[in-house]
Amino acid sequence: MNGFPDARLLGRDIPRQEDPKLIRGAGRFVDDIDLPGLLHAAFVRSPHAHAAITSIDTADAAALPGVHAVWTLDDLAPHLADTRLVVAMPSPSYRLELHRPVLARTEVVHVGEPIAVVIAENRYIAEDAAALVAVEYDVLDVVADCAAALQPGSPTAHRDAPSNLVADMTIGYGAVDDAFATAPHRVQERLWIHRGGSHSMECRGLVAVPDPLEDRLTVWNSTQMPHAARRLLCDILGLHERQIRVVTPDVGGGFGPKLIFYPEDVGVSLAARLLQRPVKWIEDRREHFVATTQERDQAWDVEMATDAEGRILAIRGTVIHDHGAWTARGVNVPQGAVSAMPLAYVVPAFRMQILAASTNKVPVTPVRGAGQPQGVFAMERLLDAAARTLNIDRAEIRRRNLVPSAAMPYETPIRTRGGIAVTLDSGDYPACQQMALDGADWDGFPARRTEARTRNLYRGIGLANYVEATGRGPYEHVSIRIEPSGRIFVATGAAAMGQSTETMLAQIVAEQLGADLSNITVTTGDTAAAPAGIGGSNSRQAVMAGSSAHAAALRLRERVLDIAGELMEVAPADLDIVGREVQVKGVAQMRRSLAEIARSVAGTAGFVLPGQAGPGLAASEELVIDAMTYANGTAVAEVEIDIETGAISVVNLVFGHDCGRALQPRLVEGQLMGGIAHGLGNALFEFMAYDENAQPLTTTLAEYLLMTATEMPRVTILHMESPSPLNALGIKGVGEAGVIPIGAAVASAIDDALAGFGVTIDRLPISPVDLLKLLDAARER
Amino acid sequence: MTRKVTLTVNGTVRSASLPDRKTLADLLRQDLGLTGTHLGCETGLCGACTILLDGRAVRSCLMLAVQAEGHSIITVEGLAPSATELHPLQQAFCDEHALQCGFCTPGLLTTLVEFLHDVPDPSAAEIREAISGNLCRCTGYDTIVKATLSAAARMRAP
Repeated sequence: MNGFPDARLLGRDIPRQEDPKLIRGAGRFVDDIDLPGLLHAAFVRSPHAHAAITSIDTADAAALPGVHAVWTLDDLAPHLADTRLVVAMPSPSYRLELHRPVLARTEVVHVGEPIAVVIAENRYIAEDAAALVAVEYDVLDVVADCAAALQPGSPTAHRDAPSNLVADMTIGYGAVDDAFATAPHRVQERLWIHRGGSHSMECRGLVAVPDPLEDRLTVWNSTQMPHAARRLLCDILGLHERQIRVVTPDVGGGFGPKLIFYPEDVGVSLAARLLQRPVKWIEDRREHFVATTQERDQAWDVEMATDAEGRILAIRGTVIHDHGAWTARGVNVPQGAVSAMPLAYVVPAFRMQILAASTNKVPVTPVRGAGQPQGVFAMERLLDAAARTLNIDRAEIRRRNLVPSAAMPYETPIRTRGGIAVTLDSGDYPACQQMALDGADWDGFPARRTEARTRNLYRGIGLANYVEATGRGPYEHVSIRIEPSGRIFVATGAAAMGQSTETMLAQIVAEQLGADLSNITVTTGDTAAAPAGIGGSNSRQAVMAGSSAHAAALRLRERVLDIAGELMEVAPADLDIVGREVQVKGVAQMRRSLAEIARSVAGTAGFVLPGQAGPGLAASEELVIDAMTYANGTAVAEVEIDIETGAISVVNLVFGHDCGRALQPRLVEGQLMGGIAHGLGNALFEFMAYDENAQPLTTTLAEYLLMTATEMPRVTILHMESPSPLNALGIKGVGEAGVIPIGAAVASAIDDALAGFGVTIDRLPISPVDLLKLLDAARER
Repeated sequence: MTRKVTLTVNGTVRSASLPDRKTLADLLRQDLGLTGTHLGCETGLCGACTILLDGRAVRSCLMLAVQAEGHSIITVEGLAPSATELHPLQQAFCDEHALQCGFCTPGLLTTLVEFLHDVPDPSAAEIREAISGNLCRCTGYDTIVKATLSAAARMRAP
């Protein structure tokens, strides 16, 4: 399907701008940056989940040959406007203020928290020296579990905190309790939902380069949000915006945690200024497990009231959310989870309380999906429970409750974290579910179940629906300039991290300006190239930066044709931009190059510009779109289970989805497939384990299992295109969609496979060991 | 301890003086400037740093540079026949959208060069097995398998 039938480039697969360098290993990732005089940083990190620091002795470390500095917070504090990272997004729900320090000085609150920074000639020496820093601790009581954290008498994750309740928020509407009081049916679930880390293949890292001549600092940072990083660095180092440039080089995957501003960003940037030498820090994988933010545990206690036909009357419950030790972003993960929960369905009354609990673990912030997989899991578990209780087919009960297409746009009473109404802008959810069911041959499943039994396997099928909030505003900056060389330069505040952002913007701009992709240079994620920007998160960059690019390109096109019209004495309506030229339609030999047109308005000192055009060929746009656009889809999973070993194989997965018009079908599928793999990992493998002392147990990729090629099932992706009315291109975001319904669909399929045993899934991930325990318990009943 | 290491990299004899404990990956990246070989875990588990040592796929993060003395190494920078032409695997990766962020790609390419040398006409399942030690967080692997099948067919063509 091509949603742009009249377009030259939109809706078509085009070669990626990013590939020629990456495929030869000629990309420039942050660790690839080398400079004369480069020094290397390593961080001393807490081995304890909770302890008071009684002393720090850096003498032995500082004495090691090749060491340039060993600094604690005491050393850095005189140079900092604030010793804490004040990054929490606003919310009235906070009960504790937990701004993390640049370096821990009196108390450590999670394993991996940085205490000192070492700068040395190379990383080998820096790590040797870090091991020589002697820190004495008094170990304190530990909070290792978010539910226990809120029990009376629990120790506190911070010794001076009155409790562990970080935030208390209720999202709801309608007469919930009245509905429950009179409803003929109700189902209840207690769920424990875990998600792990992002595990981009490239860990975090930065190189800070001082320029003593101009008293500036350039920070090459593998971040999703360069402009936010610059603002925070300016604030904390007491510098102004021209003194700090943050640039994202090629980024080896982001998936959420790279949008966070970290203590290491400050330590390394300040070290470069103090030493007047470039300083590099590259996170290793173990640090990624203990120092990069992650998602983790949520305990859901939820119930749903329905009528006799399975129509939802009300939902209520509580989520206890593991917030980790500090507020590194906000309460957006549990808020996103609860907000996503009812979205696909007509839910007349809804009330969910969120209790965010501090624990002595790594701070929690969004990972691809940002809570939405958990909310969808809870919703879909309730629907499966209701289907079971009422003896209604699982697809049918969803059909009865999905928001119908006739109701679009469908305004819900829910508000985003910014107070903006959640209005489902377009889509046909029942048709999308049907497309997925047909694609999965839902009705023909019983024969496959029977066949699997001949192989001594239990086969089940399950489904889950999701609606994803995408394209978070308020804006993204895009500027386009055609220079006298004739080349088109695009700059944006959007930040690329592997999702083909450069290709996407080049395509949108080229569509209006000649369709020659080789004539376009896109610069993403550079505060020197774009005066403002938000960056990469919330499946927003195609929607927000794409919309700005489209608007700017249309304006610039008009300007090019106006000027060319004056030069050629032809009406602009009779002109078109073809490749690097403006041509008279149908008379290709009557033409002017983009270079000539750009030169004609570049100006010569003392000479009048031609015509009425004014100077320069440029347009920039920061299109404001506050409302989010809502994508949707349905996953149908089939599993086979060996009840002797507990082994669960996902053998088939059909993903029917609607992300509005697809700019490039191949890129859409690529984004979805990555998300689906991530979702399968969350469903079956990925588990960030801690012991009862909050010591992390999974700190290598041998202990924490990512999906490999052999675990991937057959995946079929089916597309619908319901254009969004909120932007001119009709697009919706797709970067996170794949991950959202997978855990719920797999759980539904496992239930179905083991229905004869009465096993139901109430947690994610579900390991073979978990499954054997459930089977044993079921047999005992 | 510092000692001199001499080895052949992408067809050129190179040497460097370096400490005994320096890894082969760091030699390639830092001393020889071949930053196409990426480090994703430094524990031999992600496969991003895979290079070819005398034609065999090897994790350069798990090998000391001094152990490479006298050996011949091919990195991702040495796969393409020229500045204008790509190796069939590289071309197929681009054609099939088998890379997104591109960080794991060099290790996948080198792993697959060895594999297709040994198994020129593989099945999809054999390819999956061959790359099961290479982690990719972006693609979900399907396009990598497709690209490898297509490159294998091209490489078999007379």
